[in-house]
Amino acid sequence: MSDEKKLAIIATKGSLDWAYPPFILASTAAALGYETQIFFTFYGLQLLKKDLDLKVTSVGNPAMPMPMPVPVLMQTLPGMQGMMTSMMKKKMKSKGVASVDELRELCMEAEVKMIACQMTVDLFDMPTNEFIDGIEYGGAATFFEFAGESDICLYI
Amino acid sequence: MASFDAELDASGLNCPLPILKAKKALAGIDSGQVLHIIATDPGAIKDFEAFAKQTGNDLLESKEEGGKFYFLLKKS
Repeated sequence: MSDEKKLAIIATKGSLDWAYPPFILASTAAALGYETQIFFTFYGLQLLKKDLDLKVTSVGNPAMPMPMPVPVLMQTLPGMQGMMTSMMKKKMKSKGVASVDELRELCMEAEVKMIACQMTVDLFDMPTNEFIDGIEYGGAATFFEFAGESDICLYI
Repeated sequence: MASFDAELDASGLNCPLPILKAKKALAGIDSGQVLHIIATDPGAIKDFEAFAKQTGNDLLESKEEGGKFYFLLKKS
Protein backbone atom coordinates (compact mmCIF):
# COMPACT_ATOMS: atom_id res chain seq x y z
CA MET A 1 0.00 0.00 0.00
CA SER A 2 1.33 3.43 -0.92
CA ASP A 3 1.68 6.23 1.59
CA GLU A 4 0.18 8.61 -0.95
CA LYS A 5 -2.76 10.59 0.38
CA LYS A 6 -6.10 9.69 -1.11
CA LEU A 7 -9.13 11.77 -2.07
CA ALA A 8 -12.48 10.19 -2.86
CA ILE A 9 -15.29 12.27 -4.38
CA ILE A 10 -18.88 11.39 -5.13
CA ALA A 11 -20.21 13.63 -7.92
CA THR A 12 -24.00 13.67 -7.98
CA LYS A 13 -24.87 16.84 -9.85
CA GLY A 14 -24.96 17.50 -13.57
CA SER A 15 -25.36 21.24 -14.00
CA LEU A 16 -22.67 23.55 -15.37
CA ASP A 17 -22.00 25.25 -12.04
CA TRP A 18 -21.87 22.03 -10.05
CA ALA A 19 -19.56 20.41 -12.58
CA TYR A 20 -16.75 22.57 -11.27
CA PRO A 21 -16.20 21.48 -7.66
CA PRO A 22 -15.42 17.82 -8.37
CA PHE A 23 -13.09 18.55 -11.28
CA ILE A 24 -11.35 21.51 -9.61
CA LEU A 25 -10.75 19.58 -6.42
CA ALA A 26 -9.73 16.37 -8.15
CA SER A 27 -7.27 18.04 -10.53
CA THR A 28 -5.74 20.12 -7.75
CA ALA A 29 -5.49 17.15 -5.41
CA ALA A 30 -3.75 15.18 -8.15
CA ALA A 31 -1.31 18.08 -8.62
CA LEU A 32 -0.60 17.96 -4.89
CA GLY A 33 0.18 14.28 -5.10
CA TYR A 34 -3.11 12.77 -3.98
CA GLU A 35 -4.32 9.57 -5.52
CA THR A 36 -7.82 10.62 -6.56
CA GLN A 37 -11.04 8.90 -7.54
CA ILE A 38 -14.39 10.34 -8.54
CA PHE A 39 -17.51 8.22 -8.42
CA PHE A 40 -20.19 9.66 -10.71
CA THR A 41 -23.73 8.80 -9.82
CA PHE A 42 -27.18 9.95 -10.89
CA TYR A 43 -26.99 13.37 -12.59
CA GLY A 44 -23.25 13.44 -12.06
CA LEU A 45 -22.97 11.01 -14.96
CA GLN A 46 -23.65 13.92 -17.33
CA LEU A 47 -20.11 15.05 -16.50
CA LEU A 48 -18.70 11.96 -18.19
CA LYS A 49 -20.30 12.53 -21.58
CA LYS A 50 -17.98 13.14 -24.52
CA ASP A 51 -20.22 15.92 -25.66
CA LEU A 52 -20.78 18.04 -22.58
CA ASP A 53 -24.00 19.99 -22.82
CA LEU A 54 -24.24 21.35 -19.30
CA LYS A 55 -26.65 24.06 -18.34
CA VAL A 56 -27.13 26.41 -15.46
CA THR A 57 -30.42 27.74 -14.15
CA SER A 58 -31.36 30.36 -11.61
CA VAL A 59 -34.68 28.63 -10.96
CA GLY A 60 -34.63 27.19 -7.46
CA ASN A 61 -31.30 28.90 -6.84
CA PRO A 62 -32.02 32.28 -5.26
CA ALA A 63 -28.32 32.72 -4.41
CA MET A 64 -27.19 32.90 -8.03
CA PRO A 65 -25.79 36.37 -8.72
CA MET A 66 -27.75 38.04 -11.51
CA PRO A 67 -26.69 41.05 -13.55
CA MET A 68 -30.17 42.47 -12.86
CA PRO A 69 -33.09 41.31 -10.75
CA VAL A 70 -35.40 39.01 -12.72
CA PRO A 71 -38.74 37.92 -11.20
CA VAL A 72 -38.87 34.18 -10.55
CA LEU A 73 -41.75 33.60 -12.98
CA MET A 74 -39.77 35.30 -15.74
CA GLN A 75 -36.84 33.00 -15.03
CA THR A 76 -38.96 30.02 -16.01
CA LEU A 77 -39.73 31.34 -19.50
CA PRO A 78 -38.49 29.36 -22.51
CA GLY A 79 -35.02 30.40 -23.54
CA MET A 80 -34.06 31.75 -20.13
CA GLN A 81 -31.98 28.70 -19.21
CA GLY A 82 -30.09 28.89 -22.49
CA MET A 83 -29.47 32.57 -21.95
CA MET A 84 -28.24 32.08 -18.38
CA THR A 85 -25.96 29.28 -19.53
CA SER A 86 -24.40 31.34 -22.29
CA MET A 87 -23.97 34.32 -19.96
CA MET A 88 -22.31 32.13 -17.35
CA LYS A 89 -19.96 30.59 -19.91
CA LYS A 90 -19.00 34.02 -21.23
CA LYS A 91 -18.35 35.28 -17.72
CA MET A 92 -16.20 32.28 -16.87
CA LYS A 93 -14.17 32.73 -20.02
CA SER A 94 -13.64 36.43 -19.39
CA LYS A 95 -12.41 35.66 -15.86
CA GLY A 96 -9.97 32.99 -16.99
CA VAL A 97 -11.92 30.15 -15.41
CA ALA A 98 -11.21 26.87 -17.18
CA SER A 99 -13.95 25.13 -19.13
CA VAL A 100 -15.34 21.90 -17.71
CA ASP A 101 -13.83 20.02 -20.67
CA GLU A 102 -10.41 21.45 -19.91
CA LEU A 103 -10.57 20.59 -16.21
CA ARG A 104 -11.78 17.08 -16.97
CA GLU A 105 -8.97 16.63 -19.47
CA LEU A 106 -6.47 17.78 -16.82
CA CYS A 107 -7.95 15.25 -14.41
CA MET A 108 -7.55 12.48 -16.99
CA GLU A 109 -3.96 13.50 -17.66
CA ALA A 110 -3.27 13.46 -13.93
CA GLU A 111 -4.66 9.93 -13.75
CA VAL A 112 -7.69 10.76 -11.67
CA LYS A 113 -9.73 7.57 -11.74
CA MET A 114 -13.31 8.09 -12.84
CA ILE A 115 -15.97 5.56 -12.05
CA ALA A 116 -19.46 5.62 -13.52
CA CYS A 117 -22.25 4.24 -11.36
CA GLN A 118 -23.44 1.14 -13.20
CA MET A 119 -26.87 1.29 -11.59
CA THR A 120 -27.50 4.84 -12.88
CA VAL A 121 -26.31 3.87 -16.35
CA ASP A 122 -28.85 1.04 -16.35
CA LEU A 123 -31.58 3.12 -14.72
CA PHE A 124 -31.52 5.86 -17.33
CA ASP A 125 -30.51 3.55 -20.22
CA MET A 126 -27.48 5.73 -20.87
CA PRO A 127 -25.53 4.63 -23.97
CA THR A 128 -21.98 3.96 -22.82
CA ASN A 129 -20.57 5.00 -26.19
CA GLU A 130 -21.55 8.56 -25.26
CA PHE A 131 -19.11 8.51 -22.35
CA ILE A 132 -15.46 9.47 -22.57
CA ASP A 133 -12.85 6.71 -22.83
CA GLY A 134 -10.82 5.63 -19.86
CA ILE A 135 -13.59 5.42 -17.29
CA GLU A 136 -14.60 2.39 -15.28
CA TYR A 137 -18.00 1.12 -14.22
CA GLY A 138 -18.82 0.04 -10.71
CA GLY A 139 -21.18 0.10 -7.79
CA ALA A 140 -21.24 1.27 -4.21
CA ALA A 141 -18.92 -1.49 -3.03
CA THR A 142 -16.38 -0.46 -5.67
CA PHE A 143 -16.49 3.07 -4.33
CA PHE A 144 -15.94 1.96 -0.74
CA GLU A 145 -12.92 -0.09 -1.68
CA PHE A 146 -11.09 3.17 -2.35
CA ALA A 147 -13.10 5.55 -0.13
CA GLY A 148 -12.53 3.37 2.92
CA GLU A 149 -8.84 4.07 2.67
CA SER A 150 -9.14 7.70 1.70
CA ASP A 151 -7.91 10.63 3.77
CA ILE A 152 -10.62 12.93 2.41
CA CYS A 153 -14.03 11.91 1.18
CA LEU A 154 -16.40 14.44 -0.35
CA TYR A 155 -20.01 14.21 -1.45
CA ILE A 156 -20.77 16.84 -4.06
CA MET B 1 15.69 38.98 -9.90
CA ALA B 2 17.19 35.60 -9.26
CA SER B 3 17.83 33.42 -12.28
CA PHE B 4 15.48 30.70 -13.38
CA ASP B 5 15.47 27.78 -15.80
CA ALA B 6 11.91 27.86 -17.10
CA GLU B 7 9.07 30.31 -17.17
CA LEU B 8 5.31 29.95 -16.99
CA ASP B 9 3.01 32.84 -17.77
CA ALA B 10 -0.32 32.06 -16.13
CA SER B 11 -1.62 35.61 -16.50
CA GLY B 12 -5.38 35.81 -16.90
CA LEU B 13 -5.91 32.28 -15.63
CA ASN B 14 -8.00 31.58 -12.59
CA CYS B 15 -7.93 28.91 -9.88
CA PRO B 16 -6.88 26.11 -10.19
CA LEU B 17 -5.19 26.62 -13.58
CA PRO B 18 -2.01 28.41 -12.39
CA ILE B 19 -1.29 25.54 -9.99
CA LEU B 20 -2.11 22.83 -12.54
CA LYS B 21 0.05 24.47 -15.19
CA ALA B 22 2.87 24.96 -12.71
CA LYS B 23 2.69 21.28 -11.81
CA LYS B 24 3.03 20.42 -15.50
CA ALA B 25 5.88 22.87 -16.00
CA LEU B 26 7.71 21.38 -13.01
CA ALA B 27 7.47 17.97 -14.62
CA GLY B 28 9.47 19.36 -17.52
CA ILE B 29 12.45 20.57 -15.50
CA ASP B 30 15.07 18.80 -13.45
CA SER B 31 15.39 18.59 -9.70
CA GLY B 32 17.11 21.73 -8.39
CA GLN B 33 16.01 23.84 -11.34
CA VAL B 34 13.87 26.91 -10.83
CA LEU B 35 10.52 27.74 -12.41
CA HIS B 36 9.45 31.36 -12.71
CA ILE B 37 5.69 31.84 -12.62
CA ILE B 38 3.72 34.94 -13.52
CA ALA B 39 0.09 35.09 -12.43
CA THR B 40 -2.73 37.59 -12.06
CA ASP B 41 -5.01 35.50 -9.83
CA PRO B 42 -4.82 37.08 -6.34
CA GLY B 43 -5.52 33.64 -4.88
CA ALA B 44 -2.23 32.44 -6.32
CA ILE B 45 -0.19 33.90 -3.43
CA LYS B 46 -1.66 31.59 -0.85
CA ASP B 47 -2.10 28.76 -3.32
CA PHE B 48 1.56 28.65 -4.33
CA GLU B 49 2.60 28.74 -0.67
CA ALA B 50 0.28 25.80 0.00
CA PHE B 51 1.39 24.00 -3.15
CA ALA B 52 5.06 24.33 -2.22
CA LYS B 53 4.43 23.17 1.32
CA GLN B 54 2.49 20.11 0.27
CA THR B 55 4.67 19.05 -2.64
CA GLY B 56 8.01 19.70 -0.98
CA ASN B 57 9.14 22.12 -3.68
CA ASP B 58 10.81 25.26 -2.42
CA LEU B 59 9.08 28.61 -2.92
CA LEU B 60 12.13 30.86 -3.17
CA GLU B 61 10.27 34.04 -3.88
CA SER B 62 6.72 35.38 -3.94
CA LYS B 63 6.05 38.99 -4.79
CA GLU B 64 3.52 41.39 -6.21
CA GLU B 65 4.46 44.08 -8.68
CA GLY B 66 2.11 46.26 -10.67
CA GLY B 67 -0.92 44.04 -10.14
CA LYS B 68 0.91 40.86 -11.14
CA PHE B 69 2.27 38.09 -8.97
CA TYR B 70 5.67 36.52 -9.44
CA PHE B 71 6.89 33.27 -7.97
CA LEU B 72 10.13 31.36 -8.02
CA LEU B 73 9.65 27.69 -7.38
CA LYS B 74 12.62 25.37 -7.02
CA LYS B 75 11.90 21.75 -7.91
CA SER B 76 12.76 19.34 -5.12
